[in-house]
Amino acid sequence: MTTKPLLKVDNLKKYFPVKKGMLGRTVGQVKAVDDVSFYVNEGETLGIVGESGCGKSTTGRMLMRLLEPSEGKVEFDGQELTSLSSDEMRKTRRDIQMVFQDPYASLNPRHTIGKILEEPLIVHGLDNAKERKEKVRKFLEIVGLSAYHAKRYPHQFSGGQRQRIGIARALMTNPKLIIADEPVSALDVSIQSQVLNLMQDLQKDFNLTYIFIAHDLGVVRHISDRVAVMYLGKMVEIAESEQLYVEPLHPYTQALLSAVPVPDPDYKKEQIVLEGDIPNPANPPSGCTFHTRCPFKMDICTKVVPELIQHGPGHSVACHLYGDESDNDIKKMEGSL
Amino acid sequence: MSERKTILQVKDLQTTFFTDSGEIPAVDHIDFHVKEGEILGIVGESGCGKSVTSLSIMGLIPQPPGKIVGGEIVFQENDLLKMTERQMRQIRGNDIAMIFQEPMTSLNPLFTIGNQMLEAILIHEKGWSKKKAKERAIEMLQLVGLPRAEEMLQDYPHQLSGGMRQRVMIAMALVCDPKVLIADEPTTALDVTIQAQILKLMRELNTRLNTAVLLITHDLGVVAETCERVIVMYAGQIIEESPAKQIFDDPQHPYTKGLIQSIPDMRFKKDRLYSIPGSVPKPGSIKQGCRFAARCEFAFDRCIKEDPELYETSDAHQTRCFLYDKEGAEMDDNKTLIESR
Repeated sequence: MTTKPLLKVDNLKKYFPVKKGMLGRTVGQVKAVDDVSFYVNEGETLGIVGESGCGKSTTGRMLMRLLEPSEGKVEFDGQELTSLSSDEMRKTRRDIQMVFQDPYASLNPRHTIGKILEEPLIVHGLDNAKERKEKVRKFLEIVGLSAYHAKRYPHQFSGGQRQRIGIARALMTNPKLIIADEPVSALDVSIQSQVLNLMQDLQKDFNLTYIFIAHDLGVVRHISDRVAVMYLGKMVEIAESEQLYVEPLHPYTQALLSAVPVPDPDYKKEQIVLEGDIPNPANPPSGCTFHTRCPFKMDICTKVVPELIQHGPGHSVACHLYGDESDNDIKKMEGSL
Repeated sequence: MSERKTILQVKDLQTTFFTDSGEIPAVDHIDFHVKEGEILGIVGESGCGKSVTSLSIMGLIPQPPGKIVGGEIVFQENDLLKMTERQMRQIRGNDIAMIFQEPMTSLNPLFTIGNQMLEAILIHEKGWSKKKAKERAIEMLQLVGLPRAEEMLQDYPHQLSGGMRQRVMIAMALVCDPKVLIADEPTTALDVTIQAQILKLMRELNTRLNTAVLLITHDLGVVAETCERVIVMYAGQIIEESPAKQIFDDPQHPYTKGLIQSIPDMRFKKDRLYSIPGSVPKPGSIKQGCRFAARCEFAFDRCIKEDPELYETSDAHQTRCFLYDKEGAEMDDNKTLIESR
């Protein structure tokens, strides 16, 4: 397997200003994404998980520059995206496509499926009318629908079928990278597995690279090669998916994994039920943002922001428990877990 | 344990919606019961009729277009369907309470938490003073694990997080000590770490107060962690009923089997997920035969021609599938087929 990063993200930040009063003065900032760095290799799937408000969707949107990053670099296929003009960026979007969560809201109800699928080709000035029609037919069949569906409107399809259409639209321009933001969370379980299987098949057939953003840890494990965990705008852990699920290091990852209900009553797990709620991102806790809910909080956690440090091959974690000095503490913690 | 009394019995319930495009039998002849103090789960995918079932019990079906066209709902020896709206209002909240999926939309944004809780208490507990009601409200908020309960009475719903709002809803539902709590997707809108808190709370309250819970969910993981018994619904019918443990150890209906297999497992990676072909039929679109036949890989002639009934397959386990009809002749080959999977 060639391991060449297709996408490299460095110190990406997005701060939203908080405005108040009639004059709209900026009184604060919401650090939606705060200093996130990662890479995605060609042909692999990187899963990004986290709870609501952790910044996973904002990250996905910034990669396509649907949202302008406040700071940081995004390098895609050797090209620095953040410095491109909007014209150049539009051309690059041919190679990066997105699949959205809500298949009801992301398809124009007044357009036929044929028109919806043709549009990316028209925007990018690809193919002539006849070739475009041909391509629409081809991709409808690839995603498991039929050519005659091109004449229909979105409301005539079920949720699962609409998500197939959303995927077909993303494939039309023959992209290299697909950013899928909660692509199956609006679907029923039996439909969800159909769409996941489809995405895996397409990845093989078209050599696609995926960034798969989701809150469902089971789904993410199933589809991802590597998984990144986010909490309050920061990446707290990133590892090979096998590694992350078997041996999670960050206390948040551990709690998150233990909180997922497993469909097996015989499975006895040690459940770590976190106290409290996710803090307000406009006023995040000092130091490590997780310290307010962390069962292993130390003095240092309230003061110093932990950095994402490598702690094994391909496994990085942002937690003071895994600093040099606290090696003994970890052993203690692991004993007590 | 097994001597618990049945507290709520649903008999042959049919709820139909009369729309411009025809009659839609959302709930189609269902029978089940809830025992004192148990947690019964109802699972199914969207449109299977699980929420309509719960709304039927509460007498909250919007009418028109909906109507309960047949059956009985017996609660403590009285048929709820024969009650007047006035009598029903006494049952709701007092004896059977309900919490919903979206705690934001079920709380009134214009009134404080205290205001809304006191209203609920004073409606049901005639003759209580405001002070007594307030004490009760604080007690309930503490019971559901909310810190600073007293101050929270002054808060408006928007000041609380999703998890806290759901706790408030639970406190409000339990304020009159109901015998049955219907929880319709109580954790679906919440994050996993918050979901874990709420499920833990519901289990604790169930043990402590002995309130029976009817938990409606689409998540089999939630069922595995909370329920004693489970009912699986598909296209308006109950297709399988069993103790919760058995549904995972020995799922019988091909739909239940498919559903369990199509969940991505967090504990180990499957190469490929099983997927049930096709999609859920529109309610009422299948007039004859098994509702699942078109998607079922074990379907044979009889499945398209006749309606299967719920067959008893073992103690407390029932399945609506001809493969389990002991009188049927065709079943043997297919049975081995289904068991080999």
